[in-house]
Amino acid sequence: MLRQDFSRIDPKRRNVVDHRKKQFADPAYKETAYPHRLNFYAVPPTADITLEQFEQWAIDRLRVLAELEACSFRNKSPTETADHMKPLLEKYLPLGFNSSNSPKLSAERQKDHYSHFILRLAFASTEDLRRRFARVETMLFRLRLNDDTAKERNEFVQSLNLEWDPVSDEERRGYASELAALTGFRKGIQEEETWFKVDWERVPDLVEGRRVFLRAGKAYVPSRESTSMVIAEFTKRLERSLELTARALPRLDEDDRLTPILDHLSKNFITPDASYSSSTSSVPDADISAKNVDALSSSFPLCMQHLHRSLRRDAHLKHFGRLQYTLFLKGIGLNLEECLIFWRTSFHKITDDTFNKEYRYNVRHSYGDVGGDSNRRGGGYSPFSCQKILTEHPPGPGEAHGCPYRHFNLENLTALLQQVGIADRSVLQGVKADKEAQKFHMACNRVFEHVHKNEIKRAKDDGILTSAQLETIVHPNEYFKRSYLLKNLGKGGQDVKMEEA
Amino acid sequence: MADESIQNGDSQASNNDITMAEPAPLPSASNGGDVEVKEVKLEDLFADVDSEDEEFPSSRPQETQPSSSPTAAPGSPLEIGISLKASDPEILRSFYQRLFPWRHLFQWLNHSPTPTNDFAHREFALTLQNDVWRRYMSYPTSDLMRKEMLNLLPSRIEIGPVYTTNPRDRKTVRNASAFKPVAKELCFDIDLTDYDEIRTCCDKANICQKCWRFMVMAVKVVDAALREDFGFKHIMWVYSGRRGIHAWVCDKKVRTMDDQKRRAVANYLEVIKGGAQGGKKVNLRRPLHPHISRSLDLLAPYFQTDVLATQDPWLDADRAAHLLTLLPDRPLTTALQNKWDASPGRSSAAKWADIDAVAKSGASKSLDARQLLEAKQDVVLEYTYPRLDIEVSKKLNHLLKSPFVIHPGTGRVCVPIDPRRLEEFDPLAVPTVQELLAEIDEWKEEAEGGGSGSEDHHTVKEENAPEIKKEDGGPAAKRTNIQDWEKTSLRPYVEYFRSFVLTLMKDERDARVKREREEADGMEF
Repeated sequence: MLRQDFSRIDPKRRNVVDHRKKQFADPAYKETAYPHRLNFYAVPPTADITLEQFEQWAIDRLRVLAELEACSFRNKSPTETADHMKPLLEKYLPLGFNSSNSPKLSAERQKDHYSHFILRLAFASTEDLRRRFARVETMLFRLRLNDDTAKERNEFVQSLNLEWDPVSDEERRGYASELAALTGFRKGIQEEETWFKVDWERVPDLVEGRRVFLRAGKAYVPSRESTSMVIAEFTKRLERSLELTARALPRLDEDDRLTPILDHLSKNFITPDASYSSSTSSVPDADISAKNVDALSSSFPLCMQHLHRSLRRDAHLKHFGRLQYTLFLKGIGLNLEECLIFWRTSFHKITDDTFNKEYRYNVRHSYGDVGGDSNRRGGGYSPFSCQKILTEHPPGPGEAHGCPYRHFNLENLTALLQQVGIADRSVLQGVKADKEAQKFHMACNRVFEHVHKNEIKRAKDDGILTSAQLETIVHPNEYFKRSYLLKNLGKGGQDVKMEEA
Repeated sequence: MADESIQNGDSQASNNDITMAEPAPLPSASNGGDVEVKEVKLEDLFADVDSEDEEFPSSRPQETQPSSSPTAAPGSPLEIGISLKASDPEILRSFYQRLFPWRHLFQWLNHSPTPTNDFAHREFALTLQNDVWRRYMSYPTSDLMRKEMLNLLPSRIEIGPVYTTNPRDRKTVRNASAFKPVAKELCFDIDLTDYDEIRTCCDKANICQKCWRFMVMAVKVVDAALREDFGFKHIMWVYSGRRGIHAWVCDKKVRTMDDQKRRAVANYLEVIKGGAQGGKKVNLRRPLHPHISRSLDLLAPYFQTDVLATQDPWLDADRAAHLLTLLPDRPLTTALQNKWDASPGRSSAAKWADIDAVAKSGASKSLDARQLLEAKQDVVLEYTYPRLDIEVSKKLNHLLKSPFVIHPGTGRVCVPIDPRRLEEFDPLAVPTVQELLAEIDEWKEEAEGGGSGSEDHHTVKEENAPEIKKEDGGPAAKRTNIQDWEKTSLRPYVEYFRSFVLTLMKDERDARVKREREEADGMEF
């Protein structure tokens, strides 16, 4: 069946197909052997499978990938992730070692191979999906690579034929002190360590983390870092083939059997990050206007409160601060006119002229009022999720955006918490522990529960909180929504509505 | 993604504005022009049209300028220069006409003497007189660019990436994703405003020779890393005209790097991290990476003289308190605090020495000597290591101000700095456009006296049609082919730029020749 997918190529085109696109052009059946546990997924499968297998294998793999992604959203460390994923992998996508001599080896590896390619079809359509797919597949690959025994890993790596130059002994002696600085203080190890020399462009992530020694454009990579080179290579090849798949998709004119399955698969690959939309976030009956932001700010999460305070103190915010705050305000339901009023009045030290010239456009751009077609159609950007705030653009000198739990040091964080009225020792202790464990969203939720403890208790007693409303908050706008609703439980129509429900 | 599209901020809206904007008046033709115009026609036959205006370099009397522009644009109300603002259209016109090194700029971006797509598909962004911002401009040759600049008189020219197609045709490309940036120099931007926490002499946009030393340190460290570690060769440092410095890394391999590699270089270099509330800004793994140890070796002498002695950063108690937060071990810091409270006004050098003295005196039992040493290294780095605005370096499609543009606030020209003579460079001595224009006039007067001085310059100029003038005789003969920039203090900067561009072009040509030869060799077999 898959054979058909790949063979449906316009006959006229068949002659001009570039050898690089051969995977789509050559439908000949090929028996695939799986000598290694891991797979670079270079060759697409060609054997027949049933429609049920097609769907089931894809769903199984999707479960694993979705869970992996969730782990990264929850900031789990690599070991925690590995522990968490172990049972799931065994259940849905087992992959035995060569040494196990299990009779199921080949079937397991076939399933791994096929499911990967099915999901490629499902997730090649948009750039966003491609990027996410490549990211989680890389995570899965990394997990398995680390899990591999040294012997099998070496065999696999050698089978890849990556071109790495070994560093000669002479050269190694010449740079002895520099190389020693990278291996750490463990004496003696340096002697045993073998080094590879590659163009630095091939290991950008190692360069970025200063984990290799650089000289004249060559990166000296210790063998223990070679996994990251393998992974980089994996990602690179996967991204490239996804592009090719995307280009071939329009030619996949299979409509009634596979397309619905593929559509369904890609729709189910939705994360907390993407599920956020403004329609679910706005609160009814609230007075969301420029002049009311001060009052509302008591329901803001700490990151936004900090932005608000910085803005009030300096009558200014730097670019990323404005962006993060504007999008949050947009998310709570402040419309463009009010938002412009808000920024104009907040930046009271500058002239109208400066404001119009330097700031107005960006606010409008965030709302999708100006800009390219896609920006306008999409209504601007979506409000930043915790994930985005935590991982992208850490604040630099003089900047107030980011997540205080992550980007502040402990003293400044404690001071800020005290300023917003959190003095409870146990809460501060808990926040400290969360911060040290890098569970920043836990710290934020802890503070939320502390601030709203009375309301939450009442709401629970009255049974008006659904379980969904008690889940961990992973979006600043969700924080505001819940906070606002809880604080206004006893007021007006809101109360009635909730009790009736 | 989000910020990318903001920077990339599709400028449809502003484009519409621009088409409405009235074009600046054409530069009025020179008065006694007839004869010369004919000659120009003759010269057109020669490849170099550039010489057209250089033929009348000083024919326009400067003195009349102030009065000749009663309509001086209402522009942004910045400093008033000696006679006219630097952003005044008349000033800009003279500058672009007489001083701006168009051809060198062209060669720099084109990497070859004959026009290629490297230049033709390059985006320029212009800030016009009425503060309208115009993006996605492009020009096939330096002459056409110069012509349009004389027409538009932009107060600011920014350079963007080379695109897959001509940026002007981006709307006609069949699918939008086919219009992509493909190449740009790797850029760095260092700004003295980011040093406000550690400098005591100035703040905000102000600078002086004292805090300029931070830029000297920054250039040394970044330049060393780029050359030694990454093996980049063609690195040009440019004074931004006010308070910062830019670097353009122009190697062929670098220009085509994708965002991931740019980010890798930027983060490799970044050491000072964290916002105002982040506390300790330098947190490094031990042992130190070779790049950091080298930087530390480079920076240590500057720390003694330019930071401790000149900046005296911990003179007042508040700032000294910050120093204490960077040191480990509570008993040690309390002992230091007491000591400094007892003798207010202790200099930073003394306080720095106190740290070791108090540590040796055994004020703290728990003190770990290595930990203290590492903390002190971190302090040195926090007070000397370059503070890069790394967003500029991370993205292929970031715009950066072109060299030789005038800073509208200060009137200073954005000049390249020769890193071999970095210590001598004084940003406050960089000529302003008004000074330069005055220098042209003064030079003319000198030349009328002597006249022989011009012969020396003959070898430098690049025109290949000087003889026509001579035959003509009359007043035209006096106007030799010395270019205006050679008469001014802009000269060393243009000459440095030219030599930089020539080396770059030579490297590219050699690479091309080599490749062609190899290909030819390959054919034989």
